[in-house]
Amino acid sequence: MAENKSKLSIVTNGIIKENPVLRLVLGTCPTLAVTTAVSNALGMGAAFTVVLICSNIVISALRKVIPDKVHLPCYIAIIATFVTLVQMVVQAYSPSLYTALGVYLPLIVVNCIVLGRAEMFACKNTVLDSALDGVGMGIGFTLTLTAMASIREILSAGSWLGITIVPESIDRFTIMGSAPGGFFTFGFLMAMVILYENRTNNKIKRSIGCAGNAEEEA
Amino acid sequence: MANLFFIFFSMILVNNYVLVKFLGICPFLGVSKKLDSAFGMSCAVIFVMVLATAVTWPLETYILDPNGLHYLQTIVFILVIAVLVQFIEIFLHKYMVALYNSLGVYLPLITTNCCVLGVCILNFTNGYNYLEALFCAAGSGFGFMAAMVMFSGVRKRVDAANPPECFKGLPITLVAASITSLSFMGFGGIMNSIFGIAA
Repeated sequence: MAENKSKLSIVTNGIIKENPVLRLVLGTCPTLAVTTAVSNALGMGAAFTVVLICSNIVISALRKVIPDKVHLPCYIAIIATFVTLVQMVVQAYSPSLYTALGVYLPLIVVNCIVLGRAEMFACKNTVLDSALDGVGMGIGFTLTLTAMASIREILSAGSWLGITIVPESIDRFTIMGSAPGGFFTFGFLMAMVILYENRTNNKIKRSIGCAGNAEEEA
Repeated sequence: MANLFFIFFSMILVNNYVLVKFLGICPFLGVSKKLDSAFGMSCAVIFVMVLATAVTWPLETYILDPNGLHYLQTIVFILVIAVLVQFIEIFLHKYMVALYNSLGVYLPLITTNCCVLGVCILNFTNGYNYLEALFCAAGSGFGFMAAMVMFSGVRKRVDAANPPECFKGLPITLVAASITSLSFMGFGGIMNSIFGIAA
């Protein structure tokens, strides 16, 4: 029973406690770029989850084989392989999503969440745990993206998943669909999460993903 | 010639990689606290972006495409960038110690900076030739620098301000970035009227 609980906690850890976007502040680029529409956010989340689960499994399976000195290039090569596979599948089965995601689909390779989870989790844990971590992180990422995309799509286009829900007579807040709206929604959402953390006395210190460590060194 | 300048300036002002296309947000938010580090990081990015484009463009055009290996683009590009960054680091460490000391800390970060891989891929999406691709890479790099340097100034003011408790730190920085990005949207029409080319 205890065993089951810990497995479950690995999954929920990625969704709430270590939400990659809002708590760890990783992978900000796709978060801002693809959340103009809910369908794009769901597509990106799905593609991302597949890559994360697969790369976590392979990296964790090979964790004793990969020499420490060249681990980073090895991880990047493994991740790039899965990204290419996902790219091909999306292009074949959903060309419209492929066009909508554009350059951000291949850019999953350099997404700090994937590399970060490989460094922080997969290289230290068993294959099953790493796969579950990938599932949790993927769901957390997808949910956050969908929440952001919902806010932006409803405000900018008056629709959700392409279905119009705000009557035409109300003016659209189009700026939410372009770049400034992305930054604003992200900032606002994070402020709400921090507000909740403060209320529940659950504060954490946020450093910005991959670049945060370097500045401390410099 | 006008075409090249159009690409160069539109990459800085209209299609700014950070503020409009959302590439390289991590360093934009992470390294923009101090002006020196923002400037150093941007110099390293410009350098690597131009070099990466100079290498990946011929690689794709003369080796991958004729052999029908286009699908290997992502893997090949990221490995080329990783090798290139490592190579530059070794070269600078050996022959240009002063430059290494100022750029060294930022170099390892650049491998996972999405704007470098982004510019290499977008050059092909936009169908640029070699010269256009190089100008596009340089323009994107300078655009990155403009955004970083400008934002480090904005940030100094934001850090001194006193926002509501829950907005302190990252959220208010993002809101400030939103306003900076809003100001860049105003450049949209300028490029067309100067160069007479539709963006």
